[in-house]
Amino acid sequence: MEEVNLLGIFISALLINNILLIRFLGLCSFFGVSSSIKSSLGMSAAVFFVMTMASIVSWILYHCVLIPLQLEFLRTATFIIVIASLVQLEEIFMKKFFPKLYKALGVFLPLVTTNCAILAVAFLNIDYNFSFIRGLIYTWGVASGYTIAILLFASIRERVELAPVPEALKGYPISFFIAGLMSLSFLGFKGLFGL
Amino acid sequence: MIRWNEFTKGIVKENPVLILLLGLCPLLAVSATAVNSLGMGIAVLFVLVGSNLVVSLFRKFIPDGVRIPVFIIIISTFVTVTDYLMAAYYPPLHKSLGVFVPLIVVNCIILGRAEVFAYRNNLFYSLLDALGMGLGFTVVITIIGMIRELLGSGTVFGFGNFVSYPALIMILPPGGFITIGFLIGALNWYRQKYK
Repeated sequence: MEEVNLLGIFISALLINNILLIRFLGLCSFFGVSSSIKSSLGMSAAVFFVMTMASIVSWILYHCVLIPLQLEFLRTATFIIVIASLVQLEEIFMKKFFPKLYKALGVFLPLVTTNCAILAVAFLNIDYNFSFIRGLIYTWGVASGYTIAILLFASIRERVELAPVPEALKGYPISFFIAGLMSLSFLGFKGLFGL
Repeated sequence: MIRWNEFTKGIVKENPVLILLLGLCPLLAVSATAVNSLGMGIAVLFVLVGSNLVVSLFRKFIPDGVRIPVFIIIISTFVTVTDYLMAAYYPPLHKSLGVFVPLIVVNCIILGRAEVFAYRNNLFYSLLDALGMGLGFTVVITIIGMIRELLGSGTVFGFGNFVSYPALIMILPPGGFITIGFLIGALNWYRQKYK
């Protein structure tokens, strides 16, 4: 992973290892909020916001606190608490200073806490031994990948609403098939730029 | 009079995966082979039993206002224990499950059972509930793993050679979506027909 440049990290996180369709992280919200384009836009904005903050804070905590104190085994507990409290803090902060943005994100912020994609990115940044900048680029790539996938998925689902789907496959099953086909098309990016 | 239905409900009637659609991320991500699926199922079962027991034991001491953070800390303790036990005794499994072991902490099944059941019921019923829900998850993920492995590489648990021309797509990400789509579809069809 060392010789891969920053653009490579970004593209890889965005398309080749798309967090939702190839990596299978954050699926609960993927199926939950993607019934309309508007709510998926809100969710991806919230994810973008929280993921950036979470990976910055957890990277600093891990490298500046946990490693010097040899407390690496506490990382699971630390990261989840950091993320949960970050979400709370951001909610308070945004309510006070950006009431418009707060209103738009509103319901999605608390949902983000249980989104495994956020925690996973914090872990992956550590597991891949990314430096701070690389970790940040990777995080943005993942968040953009999330946005692309969920927007495409929501648009397709809105159309499928009108399609004649067999009775037993209505609802979740057909959504899973759509996700499967999208995942198949994202597999096509494999090998792009030799990554 | 023991309420055995607290045990059996998790396996069939309120199956956490097929009926409630919880814990999707590990379900799709690690189910490419039957061995990985079984390992993941047992890990989740262990964490679920441990956290349900501890939550139920301390339910009278946990203040209502901070119960969710307390649950998360209890769960992440058990997840860390599982992570390190698996790394020590089954390193190949730990390696192939990767980031999904620490991610058990955000598995909605576990937090859901702590909140809905263990916090309100005594020790014995919480144990039954955890065993039932955990087995329900383990059975479904193992079945999905077996189907995907059989169709994708022609083996079951690494043995045998049942399919002469395996379809590679089944062990790739799209196969996961399609398998679970068919499973839920079949279940819907069955319920519509016999109700």
